[in-house]
Amino acid sequence: MSSEAIPQPGAASQSGQLIPRYSLGERANHWLGALAYIYLLITGLAFWSPYLYWMAAVAGGGPVARSWHPWFGLVFTASLCWTFKEWRRDMKIDDSDRAWGKAIPDYIQNEDDKLPPVGQFNFGQKLFFWGMFYGVILLLLSGIVLWYTETLPWSQRYVRYTAVLLHASVALITIGLFLIHVYMSAILEEGSFGSMIHGTVTRAWAWTFHRTWYYEVTGKSQPKQ
Amino acid sequence: MSQASTEIIRISGHAGTVPGAGMNREFQVCKLVDTTTCIGCKACEVACLEWNGYTFSETKFDNTYQTMPETAWNYWNLIKFNEHERDDGSLMLLMRKDQCMHCEDPGCLAACPADAAIVQYANGIVDFQEANCIGCGYCITGCPFNIPKFSPAARKVFKCTLCNDRVSQGLEPACIKACPTGCLHFGTKSEMKELAETRAEQLRDNSGFADAGVYDPPGVGGTHVIYVLHDAKNPELYGGLPKDPHIPYSVRLWKGPLKWLGNVAMIGGLVGLAWHYMRYGPKKEEPIPPDERRQ
Repeated sequence: MSSEAIPQPGAASQSGQLIPRYSLGERANHWLGALAYIYLLITGLAFWSPYLYWMAAVAGGGPVARSWHPWFGLVFTASLCWTFKEWRRDMKIDDSDRAWGKAIPDYIQNEDDKLPPVGQFNFGQKLFFWGMFYGVILLLLSGIVLWYTETLPWSQRYVRYTAVLLHASVALITIGLFLIHVYMSAILEEGSFGSMIHGTVTRAWAWTFHRTWYYEVTGKSQPKQ
Repeated sequence: MSQASTEIIRISGHAGTVPGAGMNREFQVCKLVDTTTCIGCKACEVACLEWNGYTFSETKFDNTYQTMPETAWNYWNLIKFNEHERDDGSLMLLMRKDQCMHCEDPGCLAACPADAAIVQYANGIVDFQEANCIGCGYCITGCPFNIPKFSPAARKVFKCTLCNDRVSQGLEPACIKACPTGCLHFGTKSEMKELAETRAEQLRDNSGFADAGVYDPPGVGGTHVIYVLHDAKNPELYGGLPKDPHIPYSVRLWKGPLKWLGNVAMIGGLVGLAWHYMRYGPKKEEPIPPDERRQ
């Protein structure tokens, strides 16, 4: 990414010109969290099903996977906490999001022109963020119980019973979110994956998928309907 | 099993009955602990340590005769003491040898994620294979008897083996060998069950223990360690022996319906996303209309 490729707000625009979308810090944090999550996914699935236990070998073997899984959990939590600090205002769900949410069948059917204009993040991205955020809180709490499960006295065994069920259930929900997130950003929506690598999107991409944000960053006024 | 070849079912060209017909060799082993004749001498505790190669470790005194509050990763056999005041004001010193119960339906095994870390033999012994243990402690969650114990040094879980190494060589477990009162018995499950019922009947008919009975909890499919109790209606009195032990419902839910639901959802999700891409294809950016460019 060369700096001269980034136009100043208000400068003459063309569809292919680049707009900065994610800072270096945001991208580094994203990939740290992504790597941690992938390790957690591999080791978690290994413990989930005997048919996937071979995945523990990929992650260092059973005992190593068991030792490292909680530490990677802490890395993922830290990454998400930083994301929360940076993005929580951008992720606030408002009425325009709810309007967009009602039109989600159009989004699924790739009829994006029927959707209300979107700011920096659309409703789906916001749901993904909050799902992961609250998910990681529950995973952390139940995960600490499982990490030091042997230190709980017998009288508090119900904490263990709750934790095993909660950890697996919430992990499944985050796996669902993860699959949709990877599919949408790396496969479905062209240009999204590159934005998390290079930090930039084309003007046309911003205009197509995040029109309100496009007008904000380019300093253009939104045309009257 | 090799012994099964000694059992004849049919003989060719043979007149009359088959010799040995109805013969049945039982493979299921069982330990019987008669709490009514235990004197709390702890010979079984020492024998367990000696046979399994553990040295005596520091004890925790809690104002009873009990060696420590509960079994430990290197202390698999513990007599639990309870000074019990009966309804008529008389005192009973209840003593129960606590160890792995070797459940027919073991919760540890149901919860364990590591391939071959816990095995159940045909004779009923449930044994941990520490070489395959990953130290996750799920067995601790699955066990309804508080038996598997984590070793912080080894980062693996240990428990009573029912002296699998001795039993496989035709010997009785070390604790049985050491018991001086004969309150510990070892044999086949049916023999031990019969002996236990006989003893319970004696207690009911001759010793004034109207509620005497045998503890072989059906909630875990029966156990390969059974007890004779003076008061079978209140097993909790004997160092917290659970009344109706079973694999925790959350473990059942987690390893049963949740696993199926999760697997169907994950595979369904992947199939659904692939279908979506084939049906609707990628989302492509559109060129900005010329009239907007000039704004």
